[in-house]
Amino acid sequence: MDYSEKVMDHFANPRNIGEIPDADGVGTVGNPACGDTTTVYIKVSDGRITDIKFKTFGCAAAIATASMATELALGKTLDEALAMSRNDVADALDGLPDVKMHCSNLAADALHAAIEDCLAK
Amino acid sequence: MKRIYLDHAATTAVDREVVQTMMPYFTETYGNASSLHSFGRDAKNALDAGRRTVADALGAQANEIIFTSGGTESDNLALKGVGKGHIITSSIEHPAILNTCKYLTDLGCEVTYVPVDSEGMVDPGDVESAITDDTVLISVMHANNEIGTIQPISEIGSIAKDHGILFHTDAVQSFGKTEIDVQKMNIDLLSVSSHKIYGPKGVGALYIRKGAKIKPLMHGGGHELGMRASTENIPGIVGFAKAASLATERFESDTRHLTGLKDMLIAGVMDSIDDVILNGHPTERLPNNANLRFAFVEGESLLMHLDMKGIAVSTGSACSSASLDPSHVLLALGIAPEDIHGSIRFTLGRGNTESEIKYVLEVLPEIVGKLRAMSPLAGR
Repeated sequence: MDYSEKVMDHFANPRNIGEIPDADGVGTVGNPACGDTTTVYIKVSDGRITDIKFKTFGCAAAIATASMATELALGKTLDEALAMSRNDVADALDGLPDVKMHCSNLAADALHAAIEDCLAK
Repeated sequence: MKRIYLDHAATTAVDREVVQTMMPYFTETYGNASSLHSFGRDAKNALDAGRRTVADALGAQANEIIFTSGGTESDNLALKGVGKGHIITSSIEHPAILNTCKYLTDLGCEVTYVPVDSEGMVDPGDVESAITDDTVLISVMHANNEIGTIQPISEIGSIAKDHGILFHTDAVQSFGKTEIDVQKMNIDLLSVSSHKIYGPKGVGALYIRKGAKIKPLMHGGGHELGMRASTENIPGIVGFAKAASLATERFESDTRHLTGLKDMLIAGVMDSIDDVILNGHPTERLPNNANLRFAFVEGESLLMHLDMKGIAVSTGSACSSASLDPSHVLLALGIAPEDIHGSIRFTLGRGNTESEIKYVLEVLPEIVGKLRAMSPLAGR
């Protein structure tokens, strides 16, 4: 199985790792396919994501997709971030091996869950 | 970057002495062992010598050894060759056994899978209670490929003997690492492979006790005592035999070396990293197997980080398998799927050194620490 250079870069040097103690939204999603878990924390100001962090228990693809999803979402409006699809994350990483495509669901779903959590508050 | 290979249960490098021994059989002694002329006779002599060597390593007679293409074929030949009926096997067998059983089930055979305890041990009593009037074969692996647990093969063998049932064992992982004697252990059929013992890939053998009725899978020119048609792979067989004789010769020093490194690795990991559990049996395990479970981290991530440091291992994590199923072996031990996630198999080899293990112990705590720091499961 071959990971792209971008996947390996985000796996080896993940961006935005951590937690935001006073987050405006938190989303945790577990992957029923393999048991991976990702939590995304967002800070929102004037409808825009001003800070974002994540934690992942999962494989290289799960970590890389979470890292890329947070990088893509930072600075976006909540609507723009909600419109981000699973494929957007995979495409930004120059693709994922077929068997790992479900990992991009995890990252996008956790981001969307954090936004919904924020909107529900 | 230096590279450290700790995945010897997957495959091994061919020993240089083995390569040297094989070389003339590609370009000089290249005859077909079935031919009557001198080229053929030379090949036949090499084949016969190889058969004797492999037989000696198992406590068998030469005419009880059938060369095959490897462990998978040997397992297929043993299970499919016995004929229809009820088969008893364990839940932690290699896929070569489990998927063959699945195939045989589709053909109308009944298969009973006996469970294992939390250390991966089969209870011979469970095997005996599973026997029915239709049972034709018991197949329980000698040592497990993932966790290294060594089964009470002699006991299971004598149960099979008492009931007049054939007993097969997949000894692909144990051959060369634990003592095997097909007589003492009451084994009727036994699979071995060359590439796990520093021999070439593409060759293995099935021991078939004299008198055991097995039907061939391959039909053709009547090679291998009529049990496996196909022109014999003489260089491969010569290499396999050399590897087997080296394994016998070096058995004690190998065992001491591997046990020392394995104990050093396990103790070093336990000392430097919290929340680590050894999968498998504490003592009844292969001398080269350390299967460790690191809580809160996922095995493929750990594997990839080790790979970036030049260290090659394997994992039972669901993420690493095409099916996304966690290891069936670790599941059978009763380990929760999320815990299986963090299991890493280190399998050591003849060429590994203390300084390599020291290097692993240097880099591993940092990698585990880094992954735990980003894990939402840690510190809950």
